[in-house]
Amino acid sequence: MQFHQHTLDNGLSIVAESNPGVHSVALGFFVRTGARDEAAGVNGVSHFLEHMAFKGTDRFTADDVNRIFDEVGAEYNASTSEELTLFYGAILPEYLPQTFELLSSILYPTLRQDDFDMEKKVILEEISMYQDQPMHVAYEAGMLKHFSGHPLGTSILGTLESVGALTAEQMRQYHADHYRAGNITLAIAGNFDFDQIVELAKKHCDHWPSGTLARATHEAKPQGGISIVTQESRNQQNIIQMTPGPAAQDELRYAAEILSVIVGDDGGSRIYWELVDPGLVEFAELGYYDYDGSGSYMTWMSCQPETTEENLARIREIYDTVNRDGVTEVELEQAKNKVASRVVLRSERPMGRLSSLGNNWVYRKEYQSVADDLAILRGLTLADIRQCLDAYPLGACTTAAVGPLSKLQLQ
Amino acid sequence: MQQQSIHTHQFENGLMLIVEEMRGLQSAAFSFLVPAGCIYDGPGKNGSAAMLADWITRGAGSHDSRELTATLDNLGIAHNESAGSENITFTAASVADRMTDGLAIFADVIRRPHLDEEQFEPVKLGAEQSLIATEDDPQRKAMVELRRRSFRAPWGLSSDGSLEDLPNISAADVRGHYDRCFMPNGAILGVAGNVDAKAVIEAVGTHFGDWEQKAGIRVEPGDCGPKRTFIEHESAQTHIGVSYDSVSFPDPDYYAAWAAVSVLSGGMSARLFTEVREKRGLCYSVYASQSSLKHEGRVLCYAGTSNERAQETLDVTLQELKRLGDGIEESELQRCKARAKSSLVMQQESSRGRAGSLARNWFFLEETRTLDEVRQKIDALTVAAILEYVHRRPAQDFTVLTIGPEELAVND
Repeated sequence: MQFHQHTLDNGLSIVAESNPGVHSVALGFFVRTGARDEAAGVNGVSHFLEHMAFKGTDRFTADDVNRIFDEVGAEYNASTSEELTLFYGAILPEYLPQTFELLSSILYPTLRQDDFDMEKKVILEEISMYQDQPMHVAYEAGMLKHFSGHPLGTSILGTLESVGALTAEQMRQYHADHYRAGNITLAIAGNFDFDQIVELAKKHCDHWPSGTLARATHEAKPQGGISIVTQESRNQQNIIQMTPGPAAQDELRYAAEILSVIVGDDGGSRIYWELVDPGLVEFAELGYYDYDGSGSYMTWMSCQPETTEENLARIREIYDTVNRDGVTEVELEQAKNKVASRVVLRSERPMGRLSSLGNNWVYRKEYQSVADDLAILRGLTLADIRQCLDAYPLGACTTAAVGPLSKLQLQ
Repeated sequence: MQQQSIHTHQFENGLMLIVEEMRGLQSAAFSFLVPAGCIYDGPGKNGSAAMLADWITRGAGSHDSRELTATLDNLGIAHNESAGSENITFTAASVADRMTDGLAIFADVIRRPHLDEEQFEPVKLGAEQSLIATEDDPQRKAMVELRRRSFRAPWGLSSDGSLEDLPNISAADVRGHYDRCFMPNGAILGVAGNVDAKAVIEAVGTHFGDWEQKAGIRVEPGDCGPKRTFIEHESAQTHIGVSYDSVSFPDPDYYAAWAAVSVLSGGMSARLFTEVREKRGLCYSVYASQSSLKHEGRVLCYAGTSNERAQETLDVTLQELKRLGDGIEESELQRCKARAKSSLVMQQESSRGRAGSLARNWFFLEETRTLDEVRQKIDALTVAAILEYVHRRPAQDFTVLTIGPEELAVND
């Protein structure tokens, strides 16, 4: 595998990892904008705009966009998070030129009024769909509470009201302000020729407006608390707990990641043996999530309502023990072996390398090969984990609960 | 398409092994099908297979539950055990040189599980929680209940089991399920990745060659559920499931049936997405998929939409399904072919994907099929042939299930 990098005059960053041994090529435009970058009054616009990209340009109609992607047999989609909007596709190498042209074009859609009105209905359906998924409702309530007063507390989807009130003009303004070449990274992984990539980028992206987007990245200082959404018709209680963790730029993130595997992976972790293996919960996991300037540990749990408090107390006890005593060498070694295998397996497909390649550049302007990832993993020590726990102990600063319960007593 | 190196070997006890050497990869994977799925659960015991799939890894051979997990994690073997309709499937993937170790561990799991009494209650509690979670997920519940009404019993049963049967399933029942169903005859092992076929055949022989045969089990088909079902539920959306007859996997019409469903739902330019979502904005999620078994097949469709527009969504969806016989554009078929080609070529990047395909193909067809052979069959499809199939087996006589606040009219 070989790394390549180039920056266009307008500021578009291109990062690429070539691997002539694979059969496909994956490419993605990582736009550094998301819910956290939305001004008050346009909540949901980043995600709505991601949908509108597929409604096409003056040259490609909405039908053309879907038709051409299918004609080249692309595996393609887009996603929006709190801080990133990603447009991506994987294809056979012979279809690279036309896929590149189409994928890059849709980042600058025409935003026709009738398309806007029609797609708004789809977005409202998507919001309703997620309302039927209790864990998603818990996630939204948790983020809102935990990051209250911080940009990360902005909902990705928005609400029926905020999206309902959005206008096409507001979206055009948001697009003009945020879709600037210096704010976008093109990542490519797999079987390609880098000279051709640079040629394609010059041809299709050179005219993009230059500039970047300023973003406030001060670390969130959550006040915490409990947010309860009572839904009596539910059978189970769905819980999310959040507590601060290292930010995406913090070297402690590696220790936080392996710690979350040891304590809360979906198999073989402390939470697994204490709660999942005995059948006390439907599921319970701890994950680590890094953001621009902030970070969070999130505990996810679903169980019978009447057992919620005792299960949360069990998790609390696990966290207290880990915060006090750390983890063992045996646990660390086991987690390293497990994660190393995941890294290797994921990296075999270009699509599996794309997010790592793009995110490393967007967040840290760095490239890390699979070998680099494995070396960092292998080098982690118990002292690193101790340092991480001292700076960012596990806990339950914020709790969100969705289900039949109307109150929750936490220790 | 790259030349594939596929080897088959049947052991004397009936165990079927299919190995594909994929020299360009670092990884190897296997998919082990044991004919112990939920169709063998027995009357009033739906959930036995699902519980066995959990119980079976809680201690095996010389390892207790925790040791087994630690050993697999330390070898870097990502694994999963799940009950399906026909089989319990064991999958594993790792760096290639760990594959032999993985086979040895799974020989313990499959042939020498402890099935300890004290582990049974946690298994049962876990199964119950997972079934209760489905009650809170109307989208998932719609498809589970649609399936129950689309295939004859016991093929329509939920592989997760049922809340009604669960209290009646004892440890002895699940042990009985193991004793009846776990056998080499009918079991299929697909291995793919950077492995040497001869070495794999030898290793599998060592670990499974002396596994004793048992008498196979015959399952008699029963009835389907009702054609019309409305489940009242306080939800933000109405969840709509529709199904109709299609063909089995081994049927000569399979590829025509597959193409017909692809025209409806293969990609974002396909008809359901275009007509229901893009042109009318009725839903976020709408799809149809071919669901073929060994002996029968159905097309299963889903749409989720806000309650006030649910009737229009159901009407438009049924209209699109029925309209297929009016004509298919050549360009629609070309897109199906392009998507199939791309997905077949990309399968060569995934040892897990190939191992699963090798085992599944043998289960359904009792033959190996190279990616090139599949591609040739798809390339040979014509619009005329697909239309002829659709006219012979039109989308009609729908099974319709809805979950939401209000019942819908089925205008078919």
